[in-house]
Amino acid sequence: MANKQKNMTPQQQNYQQLQQKHEIKRPVLKNCIKAFFVGGLICVVGQAISYFYIYFFNFTEQSVGNPTVATMVFLSMLLTGFGIYDRIGQFAGAGSAVPVTGFGNAVISACIEHRTEGLVLGVGGNMFKLAGSVILFGVFSAFVVALVKTLLVIWGVL
Amino acid sequence: MLAMFFWAFVIGGFICVIGQLLFDVAKLTPGHTLSLLVVAGAILDGFGLYEPLVDFAGAGATIPITSFGNALVHGALQDAKAHGIIGVLTGMFQVTSSGVSAAIIFGFIGSLIFKPKG
Repeated sequence: MANKQKNMTPQQQNYQQLQQKHEIKRPVLKNCIKAFFVGGLICVVGQAISYFYIYFFNFTEQSVGNPTVATMVFLSMLLTGFGIYDRIGQFAGAGSAVPVTGFGNAVISACIEHRTEGLVLGVGGNMFKLAGSVILFGVFSAFVVALVKTLLVIWGVL
Repeated sequence: MLAMFFWAFVIGGFICVIGQLLFDVAKLTPGHTLSLLVVAGAILDGFGLYEPLVDFAGAGATIPITSFGNALVHGALQDAKAHGIIGVLTGMFQVTSSGVSAAIIFGFIGSLIFKPKG
């Protein structure tokens, strides 16, 4: 930020100040409360689906995360397709983006949006436009963490 | 069982509040926020701290995107235990395959049935 400011002409700096003065303050507390309730509710739905799989399909508490996540992604496909998830997102902010349904929504909305450009270049090429960074940094950080831990175990540190 | 629902609500909501604070206070884009949370989940599992949270809060810990990082590390470590260092690569997606495959499959199906809105 400081570096950016140094390179600006005085006019630009003036404009920056003017812009900051008129920028609408974000209602942080209100947004957090909304995010808390919507995010919490999505997790409660997930918990209900978990119990469903535990009781009817013989999953254990440890392995139940997998089918639950898949079901949540399926639900988010329906909600995204009917245009409901965007409305939830406008209300809840991070409350709908942070749960795995937000990841599903990012993939699926990109798919639907680029359908008109064709199946291969449109849907195939743009599918992970938004969600790609999550997969990239997830996989890379997991790789580093797992590698370090494995090496420490092999060298007998842990 | 009711306690599990309660803690899923509280912990899940709390992780979303962290995301909202990264949006509003740190002024990060959703892409940066989600990437950061995934990395945080991976690191927490590296220290063995995420699994207790899953036992405690159930879906409150497995539904937020942090569990994606946790599941990746988990799969990699599981296979590393069995096959040594190459297991880090082979086991990476073992636990979390359903989330990614579901997103791909349902995304494709969705693009075939639904028309863009707005």
